Amino acid sequence: MQLVKALDPAQALQEAMPEVVQDIHVFREETTIIVAPKDIVTTLRYLRDTPGLLYNYLSDISAVDYYPDYSRPERFGVSYHLYSMLYNRRLRVKTYVPEDDPVVPTATVVWPAANWLEREIYDMMGIEFAGHPDMRRVLMPQDWDGHPHRRDYPLGYETVMFSFNVDEIDRHKPYAKQ
Amino acid sequence: MELTRRDLPAERQLKEAKTWEGNIEELRGLVSERALTGETMLLNMGPHHPSTHGVLRLLLELDGEEIVTCLPDVGFLHTGIEKNIEAKTYEKAVTLTDRMDYLAPMSNNTVFCMAIEKLGDIDVPERAQVIRVICLELTRLNSHLVWLGTHALDMGAMSVFLYCFRERERILDMFEMLSGQRMMGSYIRPGGVWRDLPDEFLPVLDEFLGYFPRKVDDYEKLLKNNPIWRDRTEGIGVVEPEEALALGMSGPSLRGSGVNWDLRKAMPYSGYENYDFSVPLGDHGDVYDRFYIRIEEMRESVKIIQQAVKRLPKGPFRTQNRKFAPPPRAELGRSMEAVIHHFKLWTEGFSLPDEEVYVAIESPRGELGCYLHGTGGNKPRRVHFKTPSFMHISALGTISEGHMLADLVGIIGSIDIVLGDSDR
Repeated sequence: MQLVKALDPAQALQEAMPEVVQDIHVFREETTIIVAPKDIVTTLRYLRDTPGLLYNYLSDISAVDYYPDYSRPERFGVSYHLYSMLYNRRLRVKTYVPEDDPVVPTATVVWPAANWLEREIYDMMGIEFAGHPDMRRVLMPQDWDGHPHRRDYPLGYETVMFSFNVDEIDRHKPYAKQ
Repeated sequence: MELTRRDLPAERQLKEAKTWEGNIEELRGLVSERALTGETMLLNMGPHHPSTHGVLRLLLELDGEEIVTCLPDVGFLHTGIEKNIEAKTYEKAVTLTDRMDYLAPMSNNTVFCMAIEKLGDIDVPERAQVIRVICLELTRLNSHLVWLGTHALDMGAMSVFLYCFRERERILDMFEMLSGQRMMGSYIRPGGVWRDLPDEFLPVLDEFLGYFPRKVDDYEKLLKNNPIWRDRTEGIGVVEPEEALALGMSGPSLRGSGVNWDLRKAMPYSGYENYDFSVPLGDHGDVYDRFYIRIEEMRESVKIIQQAVKRLPKGPFRTQNRKFAPPPRAELGRSMEAVIHHFKLWTEGFSLPDEEVYVAIESPRGELGCYLHGTGGNKPRRVHFKTPSFMHISALGTISEGHMLADLVGIIGSIDIVLGDSDR
């Protein structure tokens, strides 16, 4: 079987879908292709199925919260880490998700492996994945309030007790009162 | 005549069909319609079940003894390690990573330190890399021994467990020599390792490597041709290679399906390209293949450690870049510079750029990835660990469909999950 020569992913994507690629970022030899949330499924499908790219393995999906740093385009970033078995290289596809409408189309239609990774991001960051078959929390209890990995979510230290708030804190303590 | 549940009117049936705590309507779409009418049984397995290897809860829909749907439920061991790391300096956070996959703490340390090294462009001396390889492979042996013991125990072979733990104890003794701790050593640090190998370590390692291969032969003899073992493992939990890749499986569980992908070979790190070892592959993708691959991997690990001991070079065990690694104790009395570096590192820590990296290594369970996003300051913005157990548990539902309930125990054992790894 003739092996198709490896293509440069950023270049190939730019030629095939010039309107999709927003930016390309290289840091420590890791390439990041930045696309809009609406284009994420077409991008991933293209990267998976095009001869010369064949990123056939989804390594990881991670989300990051840029709060309170407003120098980024949007508050959240979702990074898809792809791996190509044939060409033995990695690629990151990243999308910025706005705070007031945190929805990304699901990648489960491309890789079933995305199922739990997306559930984890929904659980931890509160980013929803449209079209996901089972959008429930995965690590936190189902009735949990809030999304712990947001940067404005406190780490959960105990409030320091002073004489002015001792009764207030005591009221919220879960131990049994006489 | 006593009424059974099926004789009840439809609305009563739904009400009575509560085999798990909570509203059964929440399960609509996740289990088949037959479960909602009570035709198939919903059964809760775990979280306190000895063969779920920790605290894994499975919601099973059973038709007789056959599994129709298997819904894994994790998170009982969630300790917020990733969130806690965001509040710690980089070096302090290494201690937390030990606690994720508690059977392979050195692998967790290594992947986190490698992410820091990549983000900060920190060099790792040759000697530290070889020490890391020794530690990683000992960790692999440690993890595989616990896996083999508990997997065999789940399937009814009691004695293997005792033998495996006997050998594992020697490995933990060696870890204690290195770091002062049997399990949570935090021995691997950004830029190298915590300290040099102690003098008594290499003789003990040599002795261990001398007798360990014979022990592996013994374990193999106990199980390999045992008719009960073969009956319970062959043809069970078959995963096709394409399916395994799509489900995101990795490590020995993926290689059991015949996919030749080992990050130590594919993308060598810590100088793995200098060692001569082979990657065992299965051809059926069943529980037996995954078992046999791990037995073979133990032999390969011994080979790697032997080569590493032979080529152990002299030199520093940690980077000489004082911005990232503290100066040796002796220098503090002589040099003002050293005192400043020491003070800065133990109070403020070091700063890394506001960029993101992804690093992955081959942990005993599979591809262990670390996504690290700096802030430009001394604490990370986000750390995310892609853990093999998480991916394997998510694949468990697909693998176990159509199998008998008793085989589920074997399948859980064969994908080698650690709940601390999955829940973090």
